[in-house]
Amino acid sequence: MIQIPNWNKVLIAVVCALGLIYAAPNFFKEDFFEGVPSWLPGKQINLGLDLRGGVHLLMNVEIEKVVSKRLDSMRDATRQSMRPLRRKGVYYSSLKIDRNSVVLKLKNAAHIGQIRELLEAEFEATGLSPLGTPEQEVEITNDDVGTFRLTLTEEAIRRISTYAVNQSIEIIRRRIDEDGTKEPVIQQQGTKRILLQVPGAEDPEEIKSILGKTAQMTFHLVDQSTDAGRGSSMLLPSDEIDSNGKPIEFRVERQVRVSGEHLVDAQPSFDQNNRPAVSFRFDAVGGKKFGDTTSKNVGRLLAIVLDKKIISAPRIQTAIVGGSGIITGTFSVKETNDLALLLRAGALPAPLTFLEERTVGPGLGRDSIEAGKIASMIGMALVLVFMIASYGLFGILANVALLFNIALIVALLSAIQATLTLPGIAGIVLTIGMAVDANVLIFERIREEVRNGRTPISAIDAGYRRALTTIIDANVTTLIAAVLLYAFGTGPIKGFAVTLSIGLVTSMFTAVMVTRLFIVLWLRRTRPQVLPI
Amino acid sequence: MKLLKLVPDKTNIQFINKRLIAFAFSAVLILVSTGLYFGQGLNLGIDFLGGILIEAKTKGPANLAELRSDLGKLDLGEVSLQEFGAPDDVLIRIQKQEGGDNAQQAAVEKVKSTLGDRVVEYRRTEFVGPTVGAELREAATWAVLSAIAAILMYIWFRFEWQFGVGAVIALIHDVVSTIGLFALLQLEFNLATVAAILTIAGYSINDTVVVYDRVRENMRRYKKMAYEELFNISVNQTLSRTVVTSVTTLLALLSLFFFGGEVIRGFSIALIWGVLIGTYSSIALAVPFLLYIRPQRGGEDETGGVPDGAPSS
Repeated sequence: MIQIPNWNKVLIAVVCALGLIYAAPNFFKEDFFEGVPSWLPGKQINLGLDLRGGVHLLMNVEIEKVVSKRLDSMRDATRQSMRPLRRKGVYYSSLKIDRNSVVLKLKNAAHIGQIRELLEAEFEATGLSPLGTPEQEVEITNDDVGTFRLTLTEEAIRRISTYAVNQSIEIIRRRIDEDGTKEPVIQQQGTKRILLQVPGAEDPEEIKSILGKTAQMTFHLVDQSTDAGRGSSMLLPSDEIDSNGKPIEFRVERQVRVSGEHLVDAQPSFDQNNRPAVSFRFDAVGGKKFGDTTSKNVGRLLAIVLDKKIISAPRIQTAIVGGSGIITGTFSVKETNDLALLLRAGALPAPLTFLEERTVGPGLGRDSIEAGKIASMIGMALVLVFMIASYGLFGILANVALLFNIALIVALLSAIQATLTLPGIAGIVLTIGMAVDANVLIFERIREEVRNGRTPISAIDAGYRRALTTIIDANVTTLIAAVLLYAFGTGPIKGFAVTLSIGLVTSMFTAVMVTRLFIVLWLRRTRPQVLPI
Repeated sequence: MKLLKLVPDKTNIQFINKRLIAFAFSAVLILVSTGLYFGQGLNLGIDFLGGILIEAKTKGPANLAELRSDLGKLDLGEVSLQEFGAPDDVLIRIQKQEGGDNAQQAAVEKVKSTLGDRVVEYRRTEFVGPTVGAELREAATWAVLSAIAAILMYIWFRFEWQFGVGAVIALIHDVVSTIGLFALLQLEFNLATVAAILTIAGYSINDTVVVYDRVRENMRRYKKMAYEELFNISVNQTLSRTVVTSVTTLLALLSLFFFGGEVIRGFSIALIWGVLIGTYSSIALAVPFLLYIRPQRGGEDETGGVPDGAPSS
C-alpha cells in the first residue's frame, strides 16, 4: 500500500487539478466567463428553483377529452356517410358512443355487406401516421343482426396521447418562451403529465393564464370588395411588413368558414412543382365545410388567422374536397416547417389541469443560498479544527484531502450541470462531516497497529490495507440508499441524492488515494521513527 | 503536540454485558414510537396530504392571533399558522379544497386579499393536488422499503445472513424511532424528511458495517474466544472511530441546524437524531443481537491463520 506507481501519482494529480479548474468558475461573477470558448470549463453550478426562485407547475394533459373528441368525429363521419343511403332505404336504429367504440345498429341485417364496405372505405388506414406507413386506427366488427362496432385500437389511442402530449409541450414552449430568454424546463413526466419550471417567474397565475389562452385558429375569406367599412368584415394585421416597418393589414370577412379545431394534421411538404408547401388535413366535418367554401370561391384569397393575426393568405386554386389540402406560396423550407408547426400548435389539443404548483420568491432563494453558504463554511471549519486536534499532522493531510473533495464535488456538479437544490446543499454539508470517516478509519487503524508494536511504515501499510474493505462496504451501503433516493425522489430530493452520491464517490477517492499520496511523500522525506498520531 | 482523544487508547467497556438494559430501552422506544405514530399521528406536510402552503413576510412582527381569526372567517377548512424562523415570517397551511383546481386557486386568492398589505413579500406558495400527494406517499414508502431490502441483500452478500438480519434490525429500529420523534415533536413530515430517513438508513448501516467488519476479522483471528468477549473487544476496538466520526458528522449537522435556515431545520433535526440513534444501535443492538443468532465461525484468516490471542504481524 505504500508503493505508489508513478502513473498513479500522475492520475491523482490530474484529477485534483481538473477538480480545481472545473470548480473555479463558481467563485467568480457570472459574466466573468462570457468570452471564454465553450470547450473551456466556464460553467457554474445550475441552481434549482428553490434557490433561484421561480414557478414550478405539474400539469395533467386530459387525454380522455382528446379521445372522446376523436370518437365524436367518428360518429359524425358515420352519420354523414349514412345519410345519402336513406334514399336507398338503408336506415339505422341507433348510433352512439360506448367506451372506446362507436356502435351503429342497422334496422335491416340485409344491408350488412354494403355498410361494411362503406365503413371500411370511410375508416381505411391513412397515410398520415408519423412513420409514413398506413396504420389501422379503427377496428370494424359486426354481428349477424346488423350491429357494427367501430373501435379505436389501443395503438391508435396510444398514438393520440403521445401526439397530444408532444403537441402540448410544443405549444407550451412557444407560449412561455416567446423571446427565448427564460430558460424554462418543459418535460414530459410519465405518460400524460408535463412539468414546467420557469426560473425567475413570480406569478404562477400569469403563467397559467398564458397557458390557458385558446390560440384560436380560423379560416376566413379575404374581403376584396372595394366597398370598405361594411360591418361584415374586419381589418387584421399579417406577418408581412410594409416599407414603414408596419405589418400590412388585410380586410377579411368576419364569418368563420372553418375553425382550426377541425384540423387534424399539418406537415411541411412540396407541391407538384417541387416548391415548399404545407399539407394539412381536416376531420370529416371540417373537410366538408372546407370543401364547400373552396368550391364556391375558387380564385379568392383564403386567410388563415391565428389569434387575430393573419399567418398566411394563399389563393384558392381549385376546389378542395376530401378534407385535405395544400397551402402554397413563396415559402422557404424553413417557413413551411414553421407554418406547419404553427398550424399544428394552434390550440392546445387537450385541456390542462394543474396537479402541483410551487412558487419560490427571489427573497427566499437568496436567503437559502446565503444560509447554505454560512452553514457549509462553519461546518467545514469545525470539522477541520477537530481533525487537526485529533490527528495532528495526519489531520492536516486529511483536511487538504477534504478541501480537494469539496472542489471535486463542485467541479462534478458544474461539469454535468446537475441542479443544486437546498437539500443538495444539505447533502454537501453532510458529506463534509462524513467524508472524513474514511480517514478516521484509516488513522484509528494505524494507531492500533502502532500500539501493537509495528514500525511506522508497516503500521501505515497495514492501516490502509485493513481499512480499505471496511471503507468500501460502508460507502456502498450508503450509496445504495442514495441511488434509491434518486430513483424515487422528485425535484429537490433528487438534488440531494445527486450531491450525496457524488460526495460519497469523491470522498473515497480523496480520503484513500490523496491522503495516502501525501503520507507516503511525507514518509519518504522524513523517515520518522515514531508516528505523530 | 498533545492530540485530542475523546476515547482513551485501550478501553474495555462491558457493552455486551449490559445488553439487556439496551434491549429494554429500545423496546420502550419502539413501543412509544409506534404508539405515537398510531395515536397522535404524523404531522403530514402538503407533499403527502395535498393542500396549500404559503410563506409570507409581514410588515413588522406578525400578529398571529389576528391573522388566524381573519383567515378563519374565510371558511377554507383547517387553516394553521405558525411563525417561521423570524417574527415577521409566517407559514400558513390550508387543507386541500373541495372542488378541483379552481377551488385551490380561489382559496389562494382569498387568502392573499385578506392578508392585503400586511404582507410585504410572498416567499413561497405551494399547492399539491390530492393525486400527486397520494403518489408521493406511495413513492416514499417504496423508497424506504426497497432501500432496506437492497441494504439487506448487500450485507448478506458481503457477510453471512446473520449479520444482515442484525444490521436490518438496527436499521428498522432507527427508522421507526425517527418517525416516532417526528410524531412526538409534531415536526412537519414531508419529502425532505423521507430523504433524511433514507440518509439515516445509510448512516446507520455504515456504522454497523464498520463494527461488523471488525467482528468478522476477530472471529477469524480468535477462533476459540467466547462470542461475548469477542464482540466486546470488537466494539471497544472500533469505539474511537465510532465516536470521532459521529462527532465530525454532528459538527456539520449542528452547523446546518443553526445556520442552514428555517426551511431545512426539520431535515437537520432528523439527521442529528439519526446519527445519535444510529451510533447507539450499532453498538447496543446490532452487535449483541448476534449472540442470539450466532454467525458461523468458518473460513480461514485472510492473513494466513494466526493463533489465538497473538497480534497478527
